[in-house]
Amino acid sequence: MLKDITLGQYFPGKSPIHLLDPRCKLILLVVYIVALFTASSWISYGLLLICLLTVIKISTIPPKSIVKGMKPLVMILVFTGVLNLFFTTGEGEPVIDFWIITIYAEGIVRAVFMVARILMLITCTFLLTYTTSPIALTDGLEALMSPLKKIKVPVHELSMMMCIALRFIPTLIEETDKIMNAQKARGADFESGSIMDRARALIPILVPLFISAFRRADELATAMECRCYQGGEGRTKMKLLRYTLWDFRAFAIGALILAATFVLASFGL
Amino acid sequence: MNPILEVKNLNYIYSIGTPFEHKALDNVSFTLNRGEFVGIIGHTGSGKSTLMQHLNGLLKPTSGQILLDGKDIWSDKQLTRQARFRVGLVFQYPEYQLFEETVYKDIAFGPKNMGLKPEEIDRRVREAAGFVGLTEAQLQVSPFDLSGGQKRRVAIAGVIAMEPEVLILDEPTAGLDPSGRAEILGNIEAYRKAKNATIMMVSHSMEDVARLTDRLLVMSGSCLAMDGTPDEVFTRAQELVDMGLSIPQVTQVFLKLKEKGLDVPMVYTIEQAVAALKQIKGGAVNA
Repeated sequence: MLKDITLGQYFPGKSPIHLLDPRCKLILLVVYIVALFTASSWISYGLLLICLLTVIKISTIPPKSIVKGMKPLVMILVFTGVLNLFFTTGEGEPVIDFWIITIYAEGIVRAVFMVARILMLITCTFLLTYTTSPIALTDGLEALMSPLKKIKVPVHELSMMMCIALRFIPTLIEETDKIMNAQKARGADFESGSIMDRARALIPILVPLFISAFRRADELATAMECRCYQGGEGRTKMKLLRYTLWDFRAFAIGALILAATFVLASFGL
Repeated sequence: MNPILEVKNLNYIYSIGTPFEHKALDNVSFTLNRGEFVGIIGHTGSGKSTLMQHLNGLLKPTSGQILLDGKDIWSDKQLTRQARFRVGLVFQYPEYQLFEETVYKDIAFGPKNMGLKPEEIDRRVREAAGFVGLTEAQLQVSPFDLSGGQKRRVAIAGVIAMEPEVLILDEPTAGLDPSGRAEILGNIEAYRKAKNATIMMVSHSMEDVARLTDRLLVMSGSCLAMDGTPDEVFTRAQELVDMGLSIPQVTQVFLKLKEKGLDVPMVYTIEQAVAALKQIKGGAVNA
């Protein structure tokens, strides 16, 4: 049912990857993506792949669940692969030249690289959300974006909004389930009829759901005000983000990998 | 006895085949008779809500049967849909399901889904509104302009308008003030008398169930632990306390009196207690 939808898909755990500072993980994610786009040879791709597999191993996330998360992206991957395969023209003789299909060796290489790039890109973002709780993630984002406060970007407010939204997703899913059952008990039918009928059948769910969301928002606002919440100004945190030795080690490794891919790229590898 | 709804060896397991697998109902069997007022009591998480959602076909049993008039409600699609209308289910805080522009339209939602003629819908809406004490003027206002207790009554009327033969209510009085509670319980009783309907009510108020019901079902740890008249159930006071439930306060007082050596009968309501005390007093004067 609706409850089976996972969001944020955080896998609680105690691996070194889980314990890294969320800021560190966010920065390393960016570093990894940059490295991924710099990479252009088997060697640099291999290097990045080994890094990724090592991190997965350390994180104790079951590889199965990462593969499962890829499922919705199969279409995009196939599309990218096919496009690159057929529409890359290379020098020399085509490998296959049959009817309207012409495939060059470069095309195959390119297709493999592109698909690998997307796969690795998604895997590393999965690793971030699998090993970091949504709250830690918003905390990390807030800390990283805080320089933007200088140019009047409401960083704290944005992260608070994100935090509240994440917190209320399961609550609202549960609420929707309840309302659906109540309307079904009055004979509402969500499963049959034309598209228009089905759209209309949503009204008895959406109206109560919106009302309940507004009610909750109102109650939450009152509760926050009762605790003297006034926004980010002068607010301290219970869990301070602090870099540990592990974070610095991770930064060092990240920097080395990035440097390595740059060097490899400059040699055309 | 004239059975209407039979539950046979009902089992239900949530999230079957996942790490979150959890048995919510364990071999539950009972029969509801026409015109009966049955109370369900049980600790939070004892399976009451899961049980209720089976009775009108919202949940499909993992194993076991629900028989409505002797026919399994899952044996064909038409019967399942029929069960939705013949067994009315009022959820907890039903006022949160209101959505229409007027009270009238909201009450008409159920009958409309049944595919009734406009005149019949109109009759049912007015009759249901009458049962819960809504005035003609209130039918035309937005349900969101009403007070909490009134909204609750609109929501209950929405189910009553389908004229279910079995009306199931999950804590219909939760969160209401004493006068609101009395009114709603009166409305339910009025509906039962008028239609000879079967009522099944989940409640945490032992006083309410003792006063209103003919029969009590006690749920504990996914099982049906007791099934009997309030007399039979409340004599097993210690067992109830062990399940995290209680007995009416006046019953507790009388049990204590008995412990102290006073020869008093078992009572469950204030009225019974008053009668019993008067009798004792009268007897003492005579002696």
